[in-house]
Amino acid sequence: MEWIALANPSRFLALAERLLPWLAAATALAFAAGLYAAFFVAPEDYQQGATVRIIFIHVPGAWLGMLGWAIMSVAALGTLVWRHPLADVALKTAAPIGAAFTFVCLVTGALWGRPMWGTYWVWDARLTSVLVLFLMYLGLIALWRAIEDPARAARAAAVLTLVGAVNLPIIKFSVDWWSTLHQPASVFRVGGSTIHPAILAPLLVMALAFTLLFATLYVSAMRNEILRRRVRTLRLLQVHAAQGA
Amino acid sequence: MNFGPYAAFILAAYSLTTAVVVALILWVLLDYRVQRKLLADLEARGVTRRSEPPR
Repeated sequence: MEWIALANPSRFLALAERLLPWLAAATALAFAAGLYAAFFVAPEDYQQGATVRIIFIHVPGAWLGMLGWAIMSVAALGTLVWRHPLADVALKTAAPIGAAFTFVCLVTGALWGRPMWGTYWVWDARLTSVLVLFLMYLGLIALWRAIEDPARAARAAAVLTLVGAVNLPIIKFSVDWWSTLHQPASVFRVGGSTIHPAILAPLLVMALAFTLLFATLYVSAMRNEILRRRVRTLRLLQVHAAQGA
Repeated sequence: MNFGPYAAFILAAYSLTTAVVVALILWVLLDYRVQRKLLADLEARGVTRRSEPPR
């Protein structure tokens, strides 16, 4: 089967049914390994002590918050250029999941910041740009709810998504462009990671676990949205049939 | 396992993340049940699709 064939909603549903049990099992296994490594293998940091364990949920939350918007930006192109209904579905369903992970990033960051920085929040460029990302997610969800026709809502949401994509490089490079309380990039950077392998390895396992969780939730939510649109179509057919009778 | 003087912050971070993840899982599971039931009810009343919805 060519990959483009999956853009057919019925084929996507069939694939989702086969894929979801495997994705869920892989997610559970990855979390079991990641949490064991995070709590029983990774050492405490020589400066931060046990609070370094917040990194194992804070950093994946940040990555997936940004990944959600990146996926939505690709889907927005599918909506605006090809006007494909599955692109609309992909755009709509990523928003609440991306918002949830961005929320996790913000709150765990605040809970890490209070003991290490002495404050829950500071208006530096990294924290503010991630807060803007979260607010854009909420705005996008509100936009979807405000417009009843899914196709019209998708086009409006696609434009807003592409405009909002400007924020992604701002988040990534905010720690380089401005003086911030938030530390600079320490995992993916030129010259290699500055995190000790004993902490980096559990972090990458937890990042994999969160990514698999994101994929599981995303495929499930897309399946639900396709079913919701079928319900809407059937209701419209029912109304038309009643009017024609 | 000893989290030291900042245990409350670590436990709060993990508890909140767990709550968000559980909420997301419940959201997709319950939504799936609702949509399947709505579809089944409509189909039981004889309402079926003629084709994929036109764009």
